[in-house]
Amino acid sequence: MGDLLAVTVDGVLYASWLFIIAAGLTLIYGVMRILNMAHGSLYALGAYAAASLAGAWLRGGHAPMGSYAMLAAAAILVGLVMGPLIERGLLRFCYGKDEVVLVLVTYALFLMLEDAVKLVWGVEAYFVAEPYGLLGSVELGPLSYPVYSGILVLAAVGVGVALLYAVTRTKHGKLLLAVIHDREMSAAMGIDVNRIYLVTFTAGTMLAAIGGALTAPTVSVLPGMGVEVIVLAFAVVVIGGLGSMPGAALGALIVGLVRSAAVHWLPQVELFSIYLVMALVLVFRPRGLFVAAEARKI
Amino acid sequence: MRPWSRSLAATAVLSTLLLAGAAVAQAPAPAAEVKPFKIGVVTFLSGGAAGPFGVPARNAAEVVVEALNGGKLPAPHAAKGLGGRAIEVVFIDEAGGPTTQVAEYRNLVQRQNVDAVIGYISSGDCLAVAPVAEELKKLTLLFDCGTPRIFEEGTYRYVFRTAPHATLDNVAAALYVTETMPKTRKVAGINQNYAWGQDSWTDFEASMKVLRPDVQITTSQMPKLGAGQYGAEISALMSGSPDIVHSSFWGGDLDAFVLQAAPRGLFKKSVAVFTAGETAMYKLAGQIPDGTIIGARGANGVYAPDNALNGWFRTAYTDRYSLPPVYPSYRMAQAILGLKAAYEKAQAGGAAPDQDKIIAALEGLTFESPSGTVKMALGKGHQAVSEAVYGTVKNVKGKITFVNVKRYPAEKVLPPEGVKSADWIKSSLKK
Repeated sequence: MGDLLAVTVDGVLYASWLFIIAAGLTLIYGVMRILNMAHGSLYALGAYAAASLAGAWLRGGHAPMGSYAMLAAAAILVGLVMGPLIERGLLRFCYGKDEVVLVLVTYALFLMLEDAVKLVWGVEAYFVAEPYGLLGSVELGPLSYPVYSGILVLAAVGVGVALLYAVTRTKHGKLLLAVIHDREMSAAMGIDVNRIYLVTFTAGTMLAAIGGALTAPTVSVLPGMGVEVIVLAFAVVVIGGLGSMPGAALGALIVGLVRSAAVHWLPQVELFSIYLVMALVLVFRPRGLFVAAEARKI
Repeated sequence: MRPWSRSLAATAVLSTLLLAGAAVAQAPAPAAEVKPFKIGVVTFLSGGAAGPFGVPARNAAEVVVEALNGGKLPAPHAAKGLGGRAIEVVFIDEAGGPTTQVAEYRNLVQRQNVDAVIGYISSGDCLAVAPVAEELKKLTLLFDCGTPRIFEEGTYRYVFRTAPHATLDNVAAALYVTETMPKTRKVAGINQNYAWGQDSWTDFEASMKVLRPDVQITTSQMPKLGAGQYGAEISALMSGSPDIVHSSFWGGDLDAFVLQAAPRGLFKKSVAVFTAGETAMYKLAGQIPDGTIIGARGANGVYAPDNALNGWFRTAYTDRYSLPPVYPSYRMAQAILGLKAAYEKAQAGGAAPDQDKIIAALEGLTFESPSGTVKMALGKGHQAVSEAVYGTVKNVKGKITFVNVKRYPAEKVLPPEGVKSADWIKSSLKK
């Protein structure tokens, strides 16, 4: 029984982490039809910015609690700088091209960002471990979990609720849905599509950066850290259905729980457990669990 | 002149030049005496292994080669360069995987015309490059990679490894645990799911089972290399309440594991044994708890003996890079000095030796390094052995020190010539 509790808790924690990253990926794909290969690099940038900002804050001798604000500031900063820069500076020239072309463009961007990170931060590892242990731990049976992990879950739920609310309950969200449905018609009806794209890409970038910033205290921030993440995030959105937000949430939860169960009960299969689930889902639902109904144009 | 005659003239000039060039190339070359000995050095300059391993190894190569060319090393390596001949180094990035490395190796040998290659941290790269070295007949010194399979499953003429393989690390870890923690009954492991992690766990598990037949393995976790998130693994390790947790993690994975496990109290319940933990100890000084058992893959780093070579190496390296050298730095120095010792033995005061003579001299050679005496005793004289060292962490005012340091001679932790590690552990480990 204790095992089951641990599996569930570990699974949910892992799922929360995955969801924050996958949400940005699926948002950008859902609205812009861009499979953003550079998403992992933006996650890494968030982590680097967080490690630098929070590290400088702590070295400056300020109150340790302020380091959480620094993590958030780093994510917002990366989102606000990199989002518009990439969307206005590169992607807008490629709209209307084939989806595959955009995959190649963002892949090129990924390669460039990976090297840019090395130019700026070098290959040495960065640490900002303090925020992870600062809030203490909670005992759950024989195990203990840092309170920080709870922040991760809250952040994931917060991101999910905020996105859901923004899309279904606000005017901007309705405009967004119109653009998703038919870009040309929306533009003809006077919707500023460019602005919607800019906002969407910035929000997606910020989500990647939030994921990175929240992860930074639990790892050493290193070149290449975004690569592992992008593969997992792809698995999540493919299981859930590309472009579907509830799909990303369910996909993350499935991946988190399956992986956690494998680690606890059958460590030998952990390596491919996630891909086994992905393959199974795709056999029965080739477009993922939650596919938004495709509007056919005549 | 008409066009055809112009082209004829051009052809004539070109042929003359070519012939002259050929003549120069064929002339007995006194220039060969002064031509520097060119070494291709392959180590991770990018990717996750660059920070903890690749860059400290490159730094060591720079420090040692520069000092050798200036004749600044203490005895027995005081002669300038290689027996008076200057050394030139070409650095190549090991990132990109075995296929890339095979192509890079061919480049080094066939285009850059290096005289020898020193390199390879990843066991995968070592296994891929060794057969190519045989094919291209180029002296190649593996300086770091761990897998015992290279010389246990193959025989090579041109390939050497100047540092001991990973069996030493894990057998010594098991010996250390049984000696210092005689009550150990429950053991768990977390290792990366590739050659290095699997070999390490296999050797450690087998050694523990021989030394402590009643040992119980609570779990063996094998996350993917670079996984980064170990929440579930840490829970699985903790729920078995093992006495010790064995890990051959390195680099970012080791950092992440320690950062995530420490706040959760894993190290309060269980003693961690990090076989390659030495590279992380300076960065993670605040996180590594007292009682952790740490190895440096031989008598390297803090475990290096107190001799003149080590004194020089530590000072020269620390002065230049403001961080002390770690075990990959020591292993790089060891490879360069091994090559130097072989070169000078082959030269024996005479002319510059050819590759065959250097190889003959290196086979079975005994030479001095900052980590003490190294003996090319296994793999028909191609695989080095040296002593193994483990110690227990004691944090003194934020700085890591080691207590209970134990040294194991090579023959106690490595199989004799011709015996495979796995067989030796089962048959002869328990005297």
